[in-house]
Amino acid sequence: MKVKYFAWVRERIGIPEETIEPPAEVRTVSDLIGWLSSRGEGYAYAFETPKVIRAAIDHAHVRPDAAIMGAREIAFFPPMTGG
Amino acid sequence: MSVTATIRIQEADFDVAREIAALTKGRTDVGAVVSFSGVCRGDENGEPIAALTLEHYPGMAEAEIGRHAGEAAARWPLTGLTVIHRVGRIAPGENIVLVVAASQHRQAAFHAAEFLMDYLKANAPFWKREEGRKGANWIEARDHDDAAAARWTKS
Repeated sequence: MKVKYFAWVRERIGIPEETIEPPAEVRTVSDLIGWLSSRGEGYAYAFETPKVIRAAIDHAHVRPDAAIMGAREIAFFPPMTGG
Repeated sequence: MSVTATIRIQEADFDVAREIAALTKGRTDVGAVVSFSGVCRGDENGEPIAALTLEHYPGMAEAEIGRHAGEAAARWPLTGLTVIHRVGRIAPGENIVLVVAASQHRQAAFHAAEFLMDYLKANAPFWKREEGRKGANWIEARDHDDAAAARWTKS
């Protein structure tokens, strides 16, 4: 699946997007945040406070307990500040 | 939804008068047009800023605004709806966002415009970064923006 990062999540990780293949036990958005956090310093920094991280699956907002199975694109970003 | 909303995400500025005229031109069924413009302030928390840079999530931004535009059109009897959000570098005094809602009567137009702005601020995937004296910083979300959006949830 493709993962995209925006704003300071993108800056901390250092890349705007990547393709990942998490293991089968990574079932939810929250699991994925945990798995990504273990991939390096930048990831750990980006996800150091998981409760502020927002996520979207295939362009729709989801909660941390949402299942990631079948997702084409998952995005992680800070709370939105548009408008 | 009964009307087709015009939704644009663009770097270029927009002309408020032209966008309002586009919703009334050639029609005699429109009795009210409400427009809201969000403009870049020259300071953030009392500190002067040189500019804002707006980042967005292409694809999701359009989808999210489209969902809320559809909900606005379902809740209020609108004759037209336009949402424009700029991205990229925006200097103080420049436009950031525009919502125009047209209807036969003012109440629907006022409500729809306010609803859309509240939802945009809390749910549309855009992020502002300010260029200040001490460097660039991401602007933090405000709790009252979430509260403003939540009050439109039907009880």
